[in-house]
Amino acid sequence: MVVEQIVPEEIVYQRPRSLVECATHYCPGCTHGVAHRIIAEVIDEMGLREHTIGVASVGCSVFAYNYFDFDWVQAPHGRAPAMATGVKRVLPDRMVITYQGDGDMASIGMTEVVHAAARGENITVFFINNANYGMTGGQMAPTTLPGQKTTSSPHGRDVELAGYPIRASELLATLEGAAYVVRRSLHDPKNIRLAKKAVRTALEVQRQGLGFSMVEMLSICPTNWGMSPNQALQWLAEKMIPYYPVGDYRVSPSVAQLKV
Amino acid sequence: MARELLKGNEAIAEAAIRAGLQAYFGYPITPQTELLEWMAHRMPELGRAFVQAESELGAINMVYGAACTGARVMTSSSSPGISLMMEGLSYIAATEVPAVLVDVMRGGPGLGNIAPAQSDYNQMVHGGGHGDYHTIVLAPATIQEAIDLTVLAFDLAEKYRSIAVVLLDGSLGQMMEPAELPPMRPVRQTFPAWAATGAAGRERNVLTSIYLDPPKEEEANLRLLRRWQEIQANEVRFREYFMEDARFVVVGFGSAGRVALSAVRQARAEGIPVGLLRPISLSPFPTRQIAALCERAEAFLVVEMNAGQMLEDVRLAVNGKRPVEFYGRMGGVMPFPDEILGEIRRLAAGEASFEGHPRDRWLQRLTGSN
Repeated sequence: MVVEQIVPEEIVYQRPRSLVECATHYCPGCTHGVAHRIIAEVIDEMGLREHTIGVASVGCSVFAYNYFDFDWVQAPHGRAPAMATGVKRVLPDRMVITYQGDGDMASIGMTEVVHAAARGENITVFFINNANYGMTGGQMAPTTLPGQKTTSSPHGRDVELAGYPIRASELLATLEGAAYVVRRSLHDPKNIRLAKKAVRTALEVQRQGLGFSMVEMLSICPTNWGMSPNQALQWLAEKMIPYYPVGDYRVSPSVAQLKV
Repeated sequence: MARELLKGNEAIAEAAIRAGLQAYFGYPITPQTELLEWMAHRMPELGRAFVQAESELGAINMVYGAACTGARVMTSSSSPGISLMMEGLSYIAATEVPAVLVDVMRGGPGLGNIAPAQSDYNQMVHGGGHGDYHTIVLAPATIQEAIDLTVLAFDLAEKYRSIAVVLLDGSLGQMMEPAELPPMRPVRQTFPAWAATGAAGRERNVLTSIYLDPPKEEEANLRLLRRWQEIQANEVRFREYFMEDARFVVVGFGSAGRVALSAVRQARAEGIPVGLLRPISLSPFPTRQIAALCERAEAFLVVEMNAGQMLEDVRLAVNGKRPVEFYGRMGGVMPFPDEILGEIRRLAAGEASFEGHPRDRWLQRLTGSN
């Protein structure tokens, strides 16, 4: 008789505790899923699930709270940093994050994010930049590149009429209250790992009360860009990164000393 | 507590603090600013949250966030600032979280001026923000009442998970009179079960105003409506003066009601059987009480510092059974008792009319055919 030896399994990859087990409404290939996952992984690793309150925004990520298994509130369009301020000021020992797209944060909500950063509000903003308004069907956003075709710039963004894209990280990095402002990209595994590390640093900045933190994540929108996911990833690398260079735009002296 | 000489805006601020206010978010605007200034020095010294927001939009959304934690939270502003807050108010109402708002009204529309007016009645009582929702609106006529209604506003907001508004005009915010503040209540240390405070040892809480599925949204609308019916049944407040034998009834709220009381006293001295009904809760409105008065009142006179906004609610209550007349001043002008006395004399002389709209008749008297 042959006795098979049972080898203990080693789990190398599983759903983070902070993510809900369910199907998502995001389009195939969309990098929202990647961003959700790395945030959830970091929250698990830091043991923050029971102490975190998320502030969802308006856009494709309006239903972010369906996927993260912790407390959430839902902000009006662009107002997430103001709402997060209200939560954080009442509960200063909790972690408060916002998850906002480029239309939400860099257009209608520019005032709220600038002033939250200027106050050094001890919150963390995850800023998803996919160069268009996704939920409403791919209109021009403040981040849409010059010449980029969208449903509201059908002949390509004409800078004579519609002006130039806003580099939100560079803009916020000028503010004293901002402790940690960086841009990362989600277009390949190496950059995703770097993005995750930045998420970790940003949450550590908040945990230690060092001030406002933001991680901008360059993302793809295959559906509205009219591309396959692979083409979209390539477009991000070739077109978006030259205009929106990946990098650390503000790392305050106290953050520079952090060991993450 | 002893009576002290208190300024309206400061008295409201201190009353809110003593009612256990945990967080205040606001933006400067005349004639409300002293309220924000009082909070700026009192809240930090008590270890409570104070933020001067970047705008009224910022302030109301900070209130929204804090309200989602179940904290006692408020903001204050004046008419144009309240217009900016309407977005947040709709969301707060839809999310069913409690919050208190103080509106110290000024002349409008537009930038208007900084003089006292009651022109936000429609904005506060009949909505302003989008969607089907109601706010509780309380209108004080004295500083003592402003203090008492501020404390009540927090209790009602929490009882019904609703927005409670203290609505007053700029004169009440700016003037001083003797009043007694309530004792300091301890700040609450617990959170309601529905609040977003971190999912420690429980299922996660999600507070949102979005119901993408229409039947779910209709369910939410019905829930708000049923709660409103409960508020209508339980929270109507008003005060009557000289009403026992009154054959003529003046209806006015806030400062206009207070000026009208002087006129009613003078008319009584002349032997005119007139009384005053001063609605304190403008929303819910004392509709049934006014309707019941039709049994014995011969005519009504509505006095406001606007172009006749509450007038329409009085007309709905009277429902054509008795003539309703109107007298108003606008643009930051306050009526004098003599002006209202003149209108009461007209009622007593049988000049109240059913013909046309009372606003048109008033305009005709005020400015003639020009």
